[in-house]
Amino acid sequence: MKNKVLSTFDEAVADIPDGASIMVGGFGPPGLPQNLLAALIRQGATDLTIITNRGDQTNAKANTGHLVELRRVKKVCCAFSASPHPSQRNLFEELNESGELEAELMPQGTLVERMRAAAAGIGAFYTRASVGTELAEHKETRVIDGKEYVLEYPLPADYAFIRAHTSDTYGNLQYELTQRNFNPIMAMAAKCTLVEIEGDIVELGGMDPNQVHTPGIFVDRVVKIPPPPEGLWTLPSDRRA
Amino acid sequence: MTTTEKKRIDRQTMCNRLAMEFEDGWVANLGVGMPTLCSNYEYADKDIVFQSENGLIGYGPLAAKGEEHPNLVNAGVQYVTMKPGASILHHADSFTVIRGGYVDVTVLGAYEVAENGDFANWKTLGRKGGGIGGAMDLAVGAKRVWLALEHTTRDGHPRLLNRCKLPVTAVNVVSRVVTDLGLFDITPDGFLLREIAPGFTPEEVQELTEAKLTISPDLKEFYGA
Repeated sequence: MKNKVLSTFDEAVADIPDGASIMVGGFGPPGLPQNLLAALIRQGATDLTIITNRGDQTNAKANTGHLVELRRVKKVCCAFSASPHPSQRNLFEELNESGELEAELMPQGTLVERMRAAAAGIGAFYTRASVGTELAEHKETRVIDGKEYVLEYPLPADYAFIRAHTSDTYGNLQYELTQRNFNPIMAMAAKCTLVEIEGDIVELGGMDPNQVHTPGIFVDRVVKIPPPPEGLWTLPSDRRA
Repeated sequence: MTTTEKKRIDRQTMCNRLAMEFEDGWVANLGVGMPTLCSNYEYADKDIVFQSENGLIGYGPLAAKGEEHPNLVNAGVQYVTMKPGASILHHADSFTVIRGGYVDVTVLGAYEVAENGDFANWKTLGRKGGGIGGAMDLAVGAKRVWLALEHTTRDGHPRLLNRCKLPVTAVNVVSRVVTDLGLFDITPDGFLLREIAPGFTPEEVQELTEAKLTISPDLKEFYGA
């Protein structure tokens, strides 16, 4: 089975072109691919479409909000396009209001199900989420079994950036606790999936197949996170570093 | 006749009042902000399973300082602990739990709620963006949608309305509301005032409410206030 291990993050992101669409995993710090994002920031690709839970975050050493601040994002597909408190207005919101940045806002369950549809070859699906809201205006609706549903289409991407705990050289992945979140779905939905690994990258046969969360067929490149300060680790306390 | 001093209900007491209605074995999802206070309630012999959008079932109290696990947060990105029997899901399965009707109750915050059960909690006036998170999925998927919110805005405008003025999160889903002035059920006839803050009269609460209130025939003082 192919060895997908690369030694540096710069190598992993080198071919990403301007205009690429990139899913960025994580929910809060767990599962956030900070090292891949830092490498992409160094690499310089621009005009990007970012697909992630919220695109405005700068509360890690490297996050999607930093790409927004560098004016390298043209569109964000997300479940949050403004901070909950108007007092916490940020550049993301200002660029969205001025039209410099397009934000496509949707319910979080719709966001992940659209990714899953893209991954699974499903042409579209109906969901009750957003029925009767302004998000459903101009969308096709249908009454099924007496209830109204909204039609939603798949959301694919060119690349997925995710973080996992352990892998083998083929890219079979295991996540730790809530690090899992969007990451397995993004790995399946993107054409090319890049993974940063917190723990060990073991030889083939070193992982129990029963314990593989994301099979390596969905993974293209894996890189182990180096110790700090070169590697970026997860808050709050970095017990593994 | 003695006059009781007027006392608005504090946030923890508001959330305790909803939490005490949870039934043994329920799966509960708490929205970010005030609703998380429902997890501080002492459930005694009731076993409540807390579920979080990011794929965590069976979480416990917040982790102590210095004891946080870097890969264990709830939907509010608070570092939490797990109870024995906890489990982890990916996001698509987590929203299967939510949309599939496995959540018995969700307690959410809101800017506005209307007498027809509509509510608004994701977008304020004059802003292009908003924050939806899992609220729209929870609102249509959970068996019960309960809200915890202040009765009036900072400027004194009512939040319990005939119809929502802000963009709605979902239509016709809310069945119970707690505010700092009382406990309300939403019935086919609109808001039913069941319990009232100490020292307030139903007329005074009505004055601070846009929608027409029905007063329960066995109106009580707010429990625990």
